[in-house]
Amino acid sequence: MAQVNRSPKVYDVCVIGSGAGGGMAAKILTEGGLSVVMLEAGPPLNPEKDFKMLTWPYELEHRGAGVGGFARARFSEFLAPNGAWTIEGEPYTSAPGSNFQWFRSRIVGGRTNHWGRIALRFSPIDFKSGTRDGLGADWPITYEDLAPYYDHVESYIGVFGTRENISSAPDGVFLPPPKPRCTELLLKKACDKLNVICIPSRLAILTRPLNGRLACHYCGQCGRGCVTESNFSSSQVLIPPAMKTGKLNLVTGAMAREIILGKDGKAQGVSYIDTATRTEKRVNARAVVVAASACESARLLLNSKSPLFPDGLANSSGTVGRYLMDSVGSDGFGILPQLEKMPPHNHDGVGGMHMYIPWWKFDRKNDFPRGYHIEFHGGRNMPGVGMFDHLCHREEGYGVQLKQRARQVYGTYVGLSGRGEMIPNPDSYCEIDPDIVDQWGIPVLRFHFRWWEYELRQAQDMQATFRSIIETMGGEYLTKTAIDGKHPFGISEGGRIIHEVGTARMGPDPKTSVLNGYCQTHDVKNVFVMDGAPLVTNPDKNPTLTIMALAWRASEYLLSEAGKGNI
Amino acid sequence: MSGPSISRRDILRTLAISAVGGSVLQVIPAEAAEYVHQMVNKEKAAEPSGQYKPKYFSAHQYATLVSLCDAIIPKDATSGSALEAGAPEFIDLLTSENDQYQLRLGGGLLWLDSFCADRYNTSYLGCTTGQRKEVLDLIAFRQNAKKDGALSQGVAFFALVRNLTCDAFYTSKIGIADLQYIGNTAVRDFPGCPPIPKT
Repeated sequence: MAQVNRSPKVYDVCVIGSGAGGGMAAKILTEGGLSVVMLEAGPPLNPEKDFKMLTWPYELEHRGAGVGGFARARFSEFLAPNGAWTIEGEPYTSAPGSNFQWFRSRIVGGRTNHWGRIALRFSPIDFKSGTRDGLGADWPITYEDLAPYYDHVESYIGVFGTRENISSAPDGVFLPPPKPRCTELLLKKACDKLNVICIPSRLAILTRPLNGRLACHYCGQCGRGCVTESNFSSSQVLIPPAMKTGKLNLVTGAMAREIILGKDGKAQGVSYIDTATRTEKRVNARAVVVAASACESARLLLNSKSPLFPDGLANSSGTVGRYLMDSVGSDGFGILPQLEKMPPHNHDGVGGMHMYIPWWKFDRKNDFPRGYHIEFHGGRNMPGVGMFDHLCHREEGYGVQLKQRARQVYGTYVGLSGRGEMIPNPDSYCEIDPDIVDQWGIPVLRFHFRWWEYELRQAQDMQATFRSIIETMGGEYLTKTAIDGKHPFGISEGGRIIHEVGTARMGPDPKTSVLNGYCQTHDVKNVFVMDGAPLVTNPDKNPTLTIMALAWRASEYLLSEAGKGNI
Repeated sequence: MSGPSISRRDILRTLAISAVGGSVLQVIPAEAAEYVHQMVNKEKAAEPSGQYKPKYFSAHQYATLVSLCDAIIPKDATSGSALEAGAPEFIDLLTSENDQYQLRLGGGLLWLDSFCADRYNTSYLGCTTGQRKEVLDLIAFRQNAKKDGALSQGVAFFALVRNLTCDAFYTSKIGIADLQYIGNTAVRDFPGCPPIPKT
């Protein structure tokens, strides 16, 4: 190996990863006076160059289908960079019988550049669900511990919503929501008839200006990235204030390889590959915050072996990589014929649903544990590739009649997506692949993943709910699912929902967990993990808001401990 | 080629204008629109007479493809055909970059000519209008392959061409206008749902 470039400077903290957790840590730590070096594997973000906002499909040579048409599926060519299910030179593997799908975004801000902006608080019971139904574990903290940080995060990043006083979906600090779309008004009507709760959604998108960011202009293209910073991304909302302190050194093109342990059993730095030159470099720091995304962080810990930690840094419990959970996902769609007679109108809105269904059956016994929420899609969206695949498959033919039918059905499709809680199981975890390294020489992950019966029954319930909602409005439910095979009840492949969490979980007991309630590893006092890895459960609420609240809280703790000289 | 970049300044200017103009729906300012126009791919808006040089298909295959696209989405009273939307060029571009499409479409076009040779002793392009209609009426529907298994590859081929032709048409300016999509613009407030008309 060529000589390692070692900088003599010792930063207070090295933060690995610039996404939701890393960005939040950088902001709180630098504002608290600490010097931070941040390692980001991808390149810097340039919104005005990289985002395809307000672009018509015909302004792209590939019309949104991407080179070779390979982007024809959901995440199209328009998606904000630089995310993908596969990254050339950076493989991952699945064990036989498993087929985990791992989405990584290698750019400043990571997946926060294109995420769905769904910002839902976990509820009090979500932190103690283990005690309630005997499945999985409890968190070592309570909702009350985290509530002030939910307040801080929502106030800082801006989240719209309405106060509804639903125990399973705690209210937050909200900006006003946008008006519902036509499709959503109809779905709400169905829900009212079925006694299903349907309320304005809660998204991290501004409907009023905030901290110098413009309010949304309702182009519906959040996934493409937002030049006006009207939606939340770490790159545009957390990194800039950290930069402003003058205490953040953001190093891009830096693929972290190993956390270096000193003889005193504390972390003393991080060695990384400078991807441009393919050389190894190192930064020194008094503390390390690992926030590379749940599985990437587990990978880094597992690859950081030493005599003190032969199974990976901070892994004396053997639980790093374990308890991997993704959200249970199942989708459905149908036609609401009454939409045919709507006059043409602007349906864009924000890049996400304006109404949604929070988990509503929390007051009764169901034949599966925990619950799910439902997201709405469909309507008069910007035409795109694949838009009439269903029509073509169902009605076939060609010619003037095909055009007439397309005109008729346009805007009449509505989609429903269920996103639910998976119970952690021993068959679902990631580990280091014994054979394969990536192009940087870093051993890759091998995934094991399996849904259990709990999740299949939940997906079955989702499909039944979707059908009843559509049919209650006199519509036709079009989704057909099998009861077995690869996707029973339309259940998603593990990882497909991109809410993978749990791989360095919190807990009170160092024998069965990696971190304490402040995201600090039990084994090494100056190492923290602040992304999705700490999450003990993955409830029917998207993880990002909680990741940021945990990171804010953990960063304040780190500041306080550093101030006392305890780290 | 990536799309045009819309700057924060453009949107700020738009929203500032709308405050004076008073109209809720405001489009991107003229300068930004002009810049966008210049960025549009020069190869779109096809001249079907053959100025385009195919990247993958042979001249004969491409001409056959042109004929198919025009049949799948022809000109009607509301809008032009898939040819005006650049469908054959779009399909040729993707195919030049995709091995699977090369087999399914390149091979499919040859299958089509063989089918017509067996039936009418000429290529698809050599067939009369009536003959071509007979052929398409067969391969445009899965149920025909249930009755005659020899059609199944043609049915699969035609389904792909139909999907890609729809892709091209409905992502074009004329296709988007055909559907009367309104959006892709900056507005100050989301207007919500217009009054639902009574039946």
